[in-house]
Amino acid sequence: MSVKRILILTAELIMLVLMFLIIIGPMMSLFIWSIAHRWYWPNTLPQEVGFEYWKQALGMHTSLAIGAISIVPAFLLSLLIAVVVVIISMLIAIPAGYALAKYRIPFGAFIMFLFLMPNAFPQQPIFVNLLGTFTRLGLSGTVQGVILIHILVGLVFGVWITSATFKSIPSYLEEAAHSVGAGSLYTFFHITLPLAAPGLLASSVFVFITSLDEFTGTFFIGLPFVNTLPMTLYSSSGYNMQFASVIAIILLIPSILFMTLIQRVLRAEYVGGMG
Amino acid sequence: MPTLHLERIVKKYGKVKAVDDLSLEVRDGELLTLLGPSGCGKTTVLRCVSGFVRPDSGEIYLGDRKITEIPPQKRGIGLVFQNYALWPHMTVFENLAFGLQIKKLYKNEISQKVGRALALVQLEGFGDRYPRQLSGGQQQRVALARALVLEPEILLLDEPLSNLDALLREQMRFEIAQIHKHAGITTIYVTHDQTEAMVISDRIAVLEKGRTMQLGTPLEIYSKPANKFVAGFMGTTNFIHGKVTSVDNEYVVVTTDDGVTLTGRGRELKKGDEVDVAIRPESIKFLSPAEAKTTPHEPNLYEAEVVRASYVGELIDYQLKIKNHLIRAKGEVRTPHGAGERIVIKLDPDQLAVLCR
Repeated sequence: MSVKRILILTAELIMLVLMFLIIIGPMMSLFIWSIAHRWYWPNTLPQEVGFEYWKQALGMHTSLAIGAISIVPAFLLSLLIAVVVVIISMLIAIPAGYALAKYRIPFGAFIMFLFLMPNAFPQQPIFVNLLGTFTRLGLSGTVQGVILIHILVGLVFGVWITSATFKSIPSYLEEAAHSVGAGSLYTFFHITLPLAAPGLLASSVFVFITSLDEFTGTFFIGLPFVNTLPMTLYSSSGYNMQFASVIAIILLIPSILFMTLIQRVLRAEYVGGMG
Repeated sequence: MPTLHLERIVKKYGKVKAVDDLSLEVRDGELLTLLGPSGCGKTTVLRCVSGFVRPDSGEIYLGDRKITEIPPQKRGIGLVFQNYALWPHMTVFENLAFGLQIKKLYKNEISQKVGRALALVQLEGFGDRYPRQLSGGQQQRVALARALVLEPEILLLDEPLSNLDALLREQMRFEIAQIHKHAGITTIYVTHDQTEAMVISDRIAVLEKGRTMQLGTPLEIYSKPANKFVAGFMGTTNFIHGKVTSVDNEYVVVTTDDGVTLTGRGRELKKGDEVDVAIRPESIKFLSPAEAKTTPHEPNLYEAEVVRASYVGELIDYQLKIKNHLIRAKGEVRTPHGAGERIVIKLDPDQLAVLCR
């Protein structure tokens, strides 16, 4: 083996270890924190480990430790909100994305840009202003209000990915369907939609995760009555590191699951169509 | 089976006229090719017929039915796309059955028809495959079968062979011609490949700038091109520029600036017209020295110098010089001539087309 080859192998190994540390490292730290009953300086690892905090978080028993509450209600509420947000967002995003991809719409690029707006600026001023409006409409502090906010934030993924997906489906496939007698709706449901399914799934996953992790909007519009998982994480993280770690890991699980799913179904051409 | 009429079709894209006042009649059961370079409007014409493009003006008739305003899905026209356009999420069977299901036929009727269509394109037993599991040629045949299974009144093929490699393309030409003969269906075929058009067509319409330059059988188009564009597009052609000096019925005598006199066939020409004489490389006859001596006074006999001679397999590709004119010629391998040699050539007046400039 030549010296050059050894050098390359070493470099590759170092890169691999670094990648591992960057990706897995923080998660490991979270996990260790979540099971640490006692962990004081100068010990490298906790002196006492156990699943007490997990049990508390999952509502299996209660203790009087500061910030220790059951996160089950918050988790269920987050899930409910996320599912509703995905359904409504996709009901908007599929027709909108299709229209933006397939028809020449006046100011199409501008409309696409509009969807990006809520994420293009610092969110606090937007939500502070919205709070006034929402209060007047009786929406602040309600689940409906939070759902609206999540749709606002998540729709950019919905519309952008959906429209890229539809753009990547060549129009001659639809024309071929017309040529054998299929009308527009029949073609959409039998040709376009099945072909777009992987991209639509990916886009709903992005909306789902955005809703699950959404913080700023929920903070202004939802609190103190609507307590989603990120809210719980926020209120406990200041007091109890172990508890915060448990919530963080629980928040990670759906994301990791869905990211794996996306990788399975998201084909390169859809990503290519986004440019 | 009805004929297809196009009447004064105009289609503009911005200021460019893609189709410019084009009229065309496709006869019952024939295979008509729209031939022309890219951008000549042939695909736009096809898309007007299929209904994906609405002409700015003009009418399209299928039999006595006016179809100009009818949406594509109600025209009953079969379509084969350049990239096959098979639906990747369906098997071959499902691809073929799709249109039949819309017609709400019974299941056994559908599988019967699909089976027959697959047999016609020699793909029996491929029904369960997905398009990605097929070769390009097989996908092309599936696309053809998908159009034929609905027994359309007319079949449109948009450069169906241009994505195949050369060898397969030649084979598929004959197969398409064969299938056309077998199914007896009126067909419009679009291509930019003149050899393909010659092999496959009953008639060819040569298009340029959205207009028909010439409409006729392959032989007519090749041997009697209507103008310089058609002559140049259909294979290699030499053009020699000159002026008409006399006209005798169909035969026209043309003299060039440097005094070469050529006799050829031309229509509607008069003395003094500026013309181009089109000479096909394969119509140039090389005379042996003996032959040259016995026929000194015939017209269209020239002394030429071989500038370059290159073997291209079954023949020799020559570059000859007659006075100041360089022309390409094809000669037999058995009697080769070397560069610099002086030879005598003969041009058959019946094979020279004198074309208006």
